[in-house]
Amino acid sequence: MLHTVNKSPFEKNSLETCLRLASAGNAILLFEDGVYGAVKGTRFEPTVSNALTNNKVYVLVSDLEARGMNTDNVIDGIETVDYAGFVDLVADNKSVQSWL
Amino acid sequence: MEDEMMDEEVIKKFLYVNRKAPYGTVYALESLEVVLIGAAFDQDVSLAFIDDGVYQLKKDQNTSVDAGAGMKNFSKTYRALEAYDVEKLYVDKKSMDERGLSVDDLLVDVEILDEAKMAEMMGQQDVVLSF
Repeated sequence: MLHTVNKSPFEKNSLETCLRLASAGNAILLFEDGVYGAVKGTRFEPTVSNALTNNKVYVLVSDLEARGMNTDNVIDGIETVDYAGFVDLVADNKSVQSWL
Repeated sequence: MEDEMMDEEVIKKFLYVNRKAPYGTVYALESLEVVLIGAAFDQDVSLAFIDDGVYQLKKDQNTSVDAGAGMKNFSKTYRALEAYDVEKLYVDKKSMDERGLSVDDLLVDVEILDEAKMAEMMGQQDVVLSF
């Protein structure tokens, strides 16, 4: 199963609830304002780093770059994907849950 | 008499409060549009960046089609505000800190305010517009 989060963790609790309820082994993709959750040095870094022990976390690189960040700003262990990678994640998973 | 009234300048203090990240919603761009329109009226304008609004000022935004997002990069407009006599940009310290950002990450010169200073500045305004 793939979970997607497109809201800033500072504005909505979508990311926190997603991380709380995602099963071990589920993939999590952060895009749009959700990419702020993938960035080093924020208040949410410990929570997201912790999730990496049970889940693969991905971030859409073009949405990072739009917001003035890049791969270097991403928490270690999070994988960057492009749009083709986004499509692959959707195709490879049986279902998608969008945390709006 | 009529002329005198026409000439009488009323300058009010306007504060624009920006609390949204730049591209996920249209608030940040709309705020900027209103600031630029308002600048034509020679008022005393201040901008505050609080919560995710701080992200509007992040350096190195690249929204080009090549980079992928394919949206209008309006971040350069913040640098042009000076030309419209919009020079008072305030950033909330706590919002910046909890995002791991420093003044070096921002694309314009701003004044960093703690909560007491921000509250004081807000209290001095005649009109407050929130985005």
